[in-house]
Amino acid sequence: MSHFRADIRQRAEELVALYPRKRSAMLPLLHLAQEQDGYLSDEGIAEVAALTGTTPADVRGTASFYDMFHLEPVGQYVVGVCTNIACLLAGGEELLEHASQTLGCAVGATSSDEMFTLEETECLADCNAAPCVQVNHRYVRTTTPAAFDAMIAELRDGRLDHDVPRHGTLIRVKRQGGLRVAKDEIAAERAQALAARTARADAAAAATAAQEQK
Amino acid sequence: MATLDAPRIVSSRRDMTDSFTLARYLETGGYSALRKALSMFPEDVAAQVDKASLLGRGGAGFPAGRKWSMLRRSAISYLVVNGDESEPATFKDHYLVERDPHQLVEGVIIAAYALQVTQAFIYLRGEFALGLERVQQALNDAYAHGALGSKIFGSDFSLDVVVHPGAGAYICGEETSLLEALEGKRGFPRIKPPFFPAVTGLYGEPTVVNNVETMSNLPWIINNGGEAFAALGAGRSTGTRLFALAGNVRNPGVYELEMVKNTFRDIIFDPALGGGLSEGRTLKAFIPGGVSAPWFGPDQLDTPLGQDEVGALGSMLGSGSIVVMDDASCVVRATWRITKFFSRESCGQCTPCREGSGWIERVMYRLEHGGGRMEDLDLLLDLCDNIAPGLGWPPQQTTICVLGPSIPSSVHSALSMFRDDFVAHVNHGGCPHD
Repeated sequence: MSHFRADIRQRAEELVALYPRKRSAMLPLLHLAQEQDGYLSDEGIAEVAALTGTTPADVRGTASFYDMFHLEPVGQYVVGVCTNIACLLAGGEELLEHASQTLGCAVGATSSDEMFTLEETECLADCNAAPCVQVNHRYVRTTTPAAFDAMIAELRDGRLDHDVPRHGTLIRVKRQGGLRVAKDEIAAERAQALAARTARADAAAAATAAQEQK
Repeated sequence: MATLDAPRIVSSRRDMTDSFTLARYLETGGYSALRKALSMFPEDVAAQVDKASLLGRGGAGFPAGRKWSMLRRSAISYLVVNGDESEPATFKDHYLVERDPHQLVEGVIIAAYALQVTQAFIYLRGEFALGLERVQQALNDAYAHGALGSKIFGSDFSLDVVVHPGAGAYICGEETSLLEALEGKRGFPRIKPPFFPAVTGLYGEPTVVNNVETMSNLPWIINNGGEAFAALGAGRSTGTRLFALAGNVRNPGVYELEMVKNTFRDIIFDPALGGGLSEGRTLKAFIPGGVSAPWFGPDQLDTPLGQDEVGALGSMLGSGSIVVMDDASCVVRATWRITKFFSRESCGQCTPCREGSGWIERVMYRLEHGGGRMEDLDLLLDLCDNIAPGLGWPPQQTTICVLGPSIPSSVHSALSMFRDDFVAHVNHGGCPHD
């Protein structure tokens, strides 16, 4: 019995099929598990282990290396405030402190209504809008305390639902396309191209040699 | 005055609000370079990149053509694009994946054709949620347009490209660590040798790993020729480059500039670029190429923006990010924050990096927040010397990857340039700026 919902399970199987080896789908699958549960539940981890041919311990060990994977429940919105160098120079620490007051939770903790989890992040690569704030890994570009509070109010009202899906949802664009020719046909295609290239190289070498003999 | 007459090679669509759509991309010449490349022999496409002398835009600046040449005799191989952009204050790839994903995709297809690769992966850091969606949409559009997939544009070349999201780890920008993450493992950098994924890469197979900006240059190079690209810039630094300007400047942002033709003074102070510092502020220091790079002071402002020009002065152009610090900023605080970053992001495999980064961070913390001692200044240098013996540039390496030897850069720079500030922190019992 699958822990994943039918649609998530189908996407999971499609993901696994994209890679030459099943285990390569590990990080995308863990994102998918978070999309369903909001964090990595034991059941989600077990299902990812089964899908990748690994063990739950192996999956947990891998997931714990990465900041974006949460092994415990988090809020519906994970708010990240950067305090790295460019943001530090622009007041990132002060904005983080302000965010903590607005959300009513300490850095690294979740608000009592389980709406928000606040994180201090490393550089989020948006330094022209410092200090940088992301909600569920979407840039919200609120660089002042007032703008931050307004954004939080909008989130609470659901007015940002389109821009900021709930925590865990990372890529909403479904993959379409792919190769529709058989692997052996591609192999033949490549072998032919390689043979042609070798022939060209040999011909060029022969021409050079002939030139030198003259 | 800044020299701004060079063509925009990778940011030509920056003023268009719909720059990320297929319609706009096609209207502005998109996928014409791919059609041209497919009419050429693969080795001739690679030869154009060789002629362009395109240096990798990720940070190390290794010639892209030479990376490719290592693969030419191999039958099976993968192309992996490094979009894990996490070097603090670097945000150029962010611009490219969100604003011009088709240009990246076209570059990837051209590179894959030159290398005769059937499978490519675009690895983007997981925090680029919108970027991941934009690139996936661009790939979907490219498949539908016939620019990707089976028998591209009716040729005998087929290619599949998969977007792979990272999950929050600076170290995965290191190419062997990125490959581990792509294999579904913890992002531990691999032991060298072999030094190059071109020898042993993804699944142990020959693999080329190139940066997002490197790939984004390819459509222009194929359309205009490698020689036209090489005619821009000077010396080893050819073409243009995206510079990410951040910190205490009026106009932080991403600027595409011809290599070598402009100086740090130009990009920081020119009204069309950084626009200078806030009213009444003066320049204290700047970091020329990401926080792994040793710092520069006002005396180095006239250094040209070129790989070797910066290298000759004991630092690096690195990831192309410039951080400006004015006279009101606290360099001890800045240094502490940078070491905190390295301490958090050290993968933990090698003792000098794992232990050294945390130790340095704790010493920097007490200097900044109170409790620092005068002997801490020598202790810091000693710790740095244990990670990168001799504290020279380029640094000696005691670790598997270059994260470790990057830690001393800011500490050594700040101590050498602003020792008085450190002494003031000790005497004041914390930060005098607070």
